[in-house]
Amino acid sequence: MENINNTILEIRDLCVAYTADKLSVSHVSTDIPRNQITAIMGPSGCGKSTLLRAINRMHELYRGIQVSGELLIDGQDLLKINAMRVRREVGMVFQRPNPFPTMSIADNVLAGYSLNGIRLEKSMRQSIVEQSLKSVGLWNEVKDSLTKRGTFLSGGQQQRLCIARALALKPKLILMDEPTSALDPIATTTIENLLVELKNEVSIIIVTHNMGQAKRISQKSLFMYLGELVEGGSTEQMFSDPADRRTKSYLSGNIG
Amino acid sequence: MDKLKFRIFKSHLLHYSVVVLAALMAVPLVAILGKVAVEGFRNLTLEFLFQPAPTTYEAVMASAAGHAIPGGISNGLVGTLLMLLMSSAISIPVGILSGVFLAEHRSTVFAKVSSYMTDILQGTPSIILGVIVYAWIVIPMKGYSAIAGSIALCIMMLPLIVRSTEEAVKMLSSSYKEAALALGGSYFRTVWKVLLPSAFGQIFTGVLLAVSRIVGETAPLMFTALGCAIVQWDVTQPMSSVPLLIWQFFNNPTLQPLLWSASLVLLVFVLLLNVSSKIVTNKWKI
Amino acid sequence: MNTLNSYRLRLSEKMSDLTILSPDTRFKGLLWAAALVVPLICVAMLLSLISDSALAFDEFGFFRFVFSSQWSYSQGNENYGALPFIMGTLESTFLALAFCIPFSLTVALFVGEYYSGRKIATLFGTITDLLAGIPSIIYGLWGFYVLRPIVVALGLSDQGSCILTASLVLAVMIVPYAASLSAEFIKMVPAELKEAAYAMGATRAEVMRTVVFPAAGSGIFSAFILAIGRALGETMTVTMLIGNTNQLPTSLFSTGNTMASIIANQFGEADGLKLSSLFAIALILFAIKALINLIGKILIHRAQR
Repeated sequence: MENINNTILEIRDLCVAYTADKLSVSHVSTDIPRNQITAIMGPSGCGKSTLLRAINRMHELYRGIQVSGELLIDGQDLLKINAMRVRREVGMVFQRPNPFPTMSIADNVLAGYSLNGIRLEKSMRQSIVEQSLKSVGLWNEVKDSLTKRGTFLSGGQQQRLCIARALALKPKLILMDEPTSALDPIATTTIENLLVELKNEVSIIIVTHNMGQAKRISQKSLFMYLGELVEGGSTEQMFSDPADRRTKSYLSGNIG
Repeated sequence: MDKLKFRIFKSHLLHYSVVVLAALMAVPLVAILGKVAVEGFRNLTLEFLFQPAPTTYEAVMASAAGHAIPGGISNGLVGTLLMLLMSSAISIPVGILSGVFLAEHRSTVFAKVSSYMTDILQGTPSIILGVIVYAWIVIPMKGYSAIAGSIALCIMMLPLIVRSTEEAVKMLSSSYKEAALALGGSYFRTVWKVLLPSAFGQIFTGVLLAVSRIVGETAPLMFTALGCAIVQWDVTQPMSSVPLLIWQFFNNPTLQPLLWSASLVLLVFVLLLNVSSKIVTNKWKI
Repeated sequence: MNTLNSYRLRLSEKMSDLTILSPDTRFKGLLWAAALVVPLICVAMLLSLISDSALAFDEFGFFRFVFSSQWSYSQGNENYGALPFIMGTLESTFLALAFCIPFSLTVALFVGEYYSGRKIATLFGTITDLLAGIPSIIYGLWGFYVLRPIVVALGLSDQGSCILTASLVLAVMIVPYAASLSAEFIKMVPAELKEAAYAMGATRAEVMRTVVFPAAGSGIFSAFILAIGRALGETMTVTMLIGNTNQLPTSLFSTGNTMASIIANQFGEADGLKLSSLFAIALILFAIKALINLIGKILIHRAQR
């Protein structure tokens, strides 16, 4: 019983194939803990982003990508319900900051609602914008320029705006695909500190090829290699005493 | 050493001839604009814009009495604007939707075929569009009409808008579309609220250029809208346009004094559209 | 509670499965239908050109129609052939191309290489765009009232309306088109290639000859192909300047007619066999134009790769 409460997402035997003869994610099974940060590490091309994008069903946007297995949130299989509803409950932050270029900062935060055709009252809109921007620490920086375009912000601010955009829909889980790889070290630190705070509100899965980042912010780590989940467990344990030879080799910088 | 000097001389020679020949290219522009402006401005009055073209009889009588030829091009202006409106009303929405489809499904066979057909249609000589619409519309409707003219212009405009929309949407980063869909947005709202607004500047430029292309077209209208001596509002009847009037003035010696002023009006209109498309391109960068 | 929720979700899932025409499906259908419009127009156009020209091809036979230089319509004895107009089109187009090549190449070099990125190049870009935007009927007027008297004054032709005059104005019309497209390809030549040649002591002219032109050559060639396509279909300018006679042109200074101009001239009062013959000419022009465009596009795709 306790196990179910502490797990937000159960991944069961997940496979993703771009072509019929090769699995890019091969039979992955693991649990994603609630209100924690789970880091997925591994060298380029190991399938970590592919795994992440399977969770909010982004693969359905492209032809010929096969996904099988089970993704259980609260006992409900994400692969069996409407993709639009899945994406409303599972937010995503991309590698490069991508606030919508024609929308103002406030409209960017509210984009999730307008794209879902949900009309909000003015007071509701204001409180969502304020709350979301406050939770990413952007409110004080932009509160006087909410009607300006989001693209005028710095890279780090843009990425925080994108996180606020995802948070505004109150998702159960947020997927982050190397969210700091396009940012400078200072912006990266800000975002890392932000994520550590945010985990009290929402569960986070972050793909990173920065081992230090995984060590700094995550509680659970998964190591993937050539499409397989090699090892998964508490971050502390994995970094101090990895069970698998390949994990050890990666963490000591010999592969990847 | 002399050989090196010769090589350097040759290089300079090429440079200078590039500059001189390129500069010569500006000559026709200046010459055409100058000729039309000088000749056209002479007879251009406000009335010219608000009176219909004179008949040959009126023109002959006026010049026999030593007066300036009366009348203007209001019938052409009204016709041009009406037919532009009608053709834009169809070709802009259809063209934009089609362009979005081609950009979104760029790798499918159907999109490739459709894209190639767009090239063919864009390359089709406008006179052929005129005779085709004559066969399609004028013969079944038993008469020339503004509707036929608008359809000919619409067919001309369509591929231009398809192409510019397609290019504009293709240039957008796919991460905007992914971000919109990752928020649970429907495909329709993703296109309507994210893709099209982001591509708007380029699409609008394309529309302006397409309008500027068809506004000066004579050939597709000769056998469709035909022309009309009075200000015509009934779109089932023959209608004039500014280029059709210019063609009429060109062929009628007594009306030739009106030729340049009509050309000046057309030219100003076309160049304004061109210049505003440039401004839109520069202003609307994302 | 959980089970109830998930039951509700599943139920609404089933409901949305039942509504086959969801808004998104309808929207995707609309996009698909819009993309179908252009192909439909193209196919319908080809079919109606073929059916409307059937009468002429039945009467004269395809080859006799294409290779006959007769165009006479005395009562009861109608004889139509397309050769004078095909020849007129080819002659005026290629003459225009010959005038166009030196100018568009130098403008392309000016904009794409020598002054690339500077204000003056932007100005030239604007000039070419404006030239490309001028309606063809105004080019025709300018040719008729300005250029034609010059041709007469030079003693090249009595009336001044001849293939040469038409080609000169056509050249002015296609230079901006060929130049701006060629400039794009010249700009695409990688700087490393040029630097390698400069590093070996080549002069600028030698770099043009040995590096820039070979690298951009196929692109420039395709630009000229597309410019030819432009000149082929041009109607109003040519109609105003070529003299409109239905015979095989004997020299550059003789009058003639092109495929586009004969249609513009005679379609209005044509019927029966003559109308069908004009449709046949339209079909031939359409086919040639589509072919030229196809070749041009293929070459451009190769050049861009």
